[in-house]
Amino acid sequence: MRENWQSRKGFIFAAAGAAIGLGNLWRFPFQAYKNGGGAFLLPYLVALVTCAIPLMIMEYAYGRKIRGGSVKAFQQLGKKFEVVGWVQVMVPIVVMMYYCAIIGVSLVFMVLSLGHAFGMMNWLGDPGPVMGMVVGGAENALDLGAGMSLYILGAIVFVWLSNWLIVKKGIAGGIEKMSMIFTPMLLVMMIIFMINAVRLNGSAIGLEALFKPDFSKIMDPTIWVSAYAQVFFSTTLAVGVMIAYGSYLNDKADINNSAIITVLANSSFDLIAGILVFSTLGYLVQNMGVEFTSFGTGAGVAFIAFPIAISTMSSNVVIQGLLGFLFFFCLFIAGISSSISMLESFATAALDKFSISREKLITTISVVGFAGSACFASYAGFNFILDIVDSYVGNIIIAGLGLVEVILISYLYGTAKLREEANQYSDFKIGIWWDYLLKYFTPLLLGAVVITNIINIFTGMFSQDSVGVISNIIFGWGTVAIMIIASLIFNKKEWSEAPRLASQEGN
Amino acid sequence: MSSSAIIMMVVGCGLVWGGAITAIIIALKVEKKNAAKA
Repeated sequence: MRENWQSRKGFIFAAAGAAIGLGNLWRFPFQAYKNGGGAFLLPYLVALVTCAIPLMIMEYAYGRKIRGGSVKAFQQLGKKFEVVGWVQVMVPIVVMMYYCAIIGVSLVFMVLSLGHAFGMMNWLGDPGPVMGMVVGGAENALDLGAGMSLYILGAIVFVWLSNWLIVKKGIAGGIEKMSMIFTPMLLVMMIIFMINAVRLNGSAIGLEALFKPDFSKIMDPTIWVSAYAQVFFSTTLAVGVMIAYGSYLNDKADINNSAIITVLANSSFDLIAGILVFSTLGYLVQNMGVEFTSFGTGAGVAFIAFPIAISTMSSNVVIQGLLGFLFFFCLFIAGISSSISMLESFATAALDKFSISREKLITTISVVGFAGSACFASYAGFNFILDIVDSYVGNIIIAGLGLVEVILISYLYGTAKLREEANQYSDFKIGIWWDYLLKYFTPLLLGAVVITNIINIFTGMFSQDSVGVISNIIFGWGTVAIMIIASLIFNKKEWSEAPRLASQEGN
Repeated sequence: MSSSAIIMMVVGCGLVWGGAITAIIIALKVEKKNAAKA
């Protein structure tokens, strides 16, 4: 008997928790900063309405209709498309491997913050040496002998253990229960951090940089592509998570409004993160004379800029340490609530096809996943390979899968049937405009994102030295090749029980 | 902060946060109505 979410609140918290992740904290703020500031909000809002919400409704509705994860979902469209489902659920497993290493660093910094609070070490004011101690250093991605961070490796064990403990308990007993605690806790803590950041001296400089509109850029197509890419990646679409979560909805559950709440909760978090990050950076710009991009535009903001800012908020080391602990605890929760959804995406797909117990399957994936994550605990892995794998799997493959998914489901299954499914018990109904968006508008925009990403990958690759090119081929294209080969192997295996085709249902 | 930055911040946050709160209120109202029916 297939499990269901026990409550609508539980489902929404789980889905929002899946969408809200570490990327929200640094991706959205710097995308907006680089792409016209406040003017970026216009394409961003348009992308929410025309891409994220329609796709979320589609994934929930199709998941519930099929009562299965991505593999079953694509298999129902035609046997030859099953492999697309396997590639789709391979993405979260690969992403999890490096994502767990970043969550691991948050965990290490959480512990080190407690060390700061209890006077064992004083590092928040100058996090550079501690960052160096935790993530080490390597010359390039091929410098595999540079060493391994035992801090990250130890933390990864804990992260995978947490994932395993939560997901093996299933939907209602594991994911829903934890999301009911984690997601609201994260939201409340981030709002408190945001309010505190806005009160800092110099926050107005940061908010000015983030929100001052440069409308001359609004006609630049790259801004629109960036906005669509931001919205698409941020909402965890096209990686099988939302199809899997939708498949556990009960027959009379609302779909349309739940999809809107999930997307807007994630975007609300984007804006909270934007205000928090740029208020804090504005404070550092005013008081330390640094630039907005002095700490990079990625994880460096969280792991270097924030500890410095926290250390200047109070002269009391106990308060500094506890603030640091709470901040990195927020990162840890944001990471775990996303990583459990990634694990569930593959688990749902595999449980549909193979007759295997959930516990055995989750244990197997966790062991393999941990082995993969351990590679990113190496100095070369964390400092170089992680970025390469992320740009190939996290960008090109996901956008490509989104394009394939929307075309196959819209044209082969049919948007009219899916709209009927979505409208049946929803708080409000969606009209035929939704069909047009899915059939014509979204594929066009996603196609532009895919083409832009491919051009960027190739131009970026050929502008590098030979080590860079070789690293891209081995770790970028190599990972993509392994994912496709693994998908073909799983695809070849027989179904334990032949699934009924959607077209046969009701006969 | 310049007035244009303040306007963009208010409009952006207002639409996203306001939209999220409105959607949650609609969901709660419908749940209440359904509970009363049952």
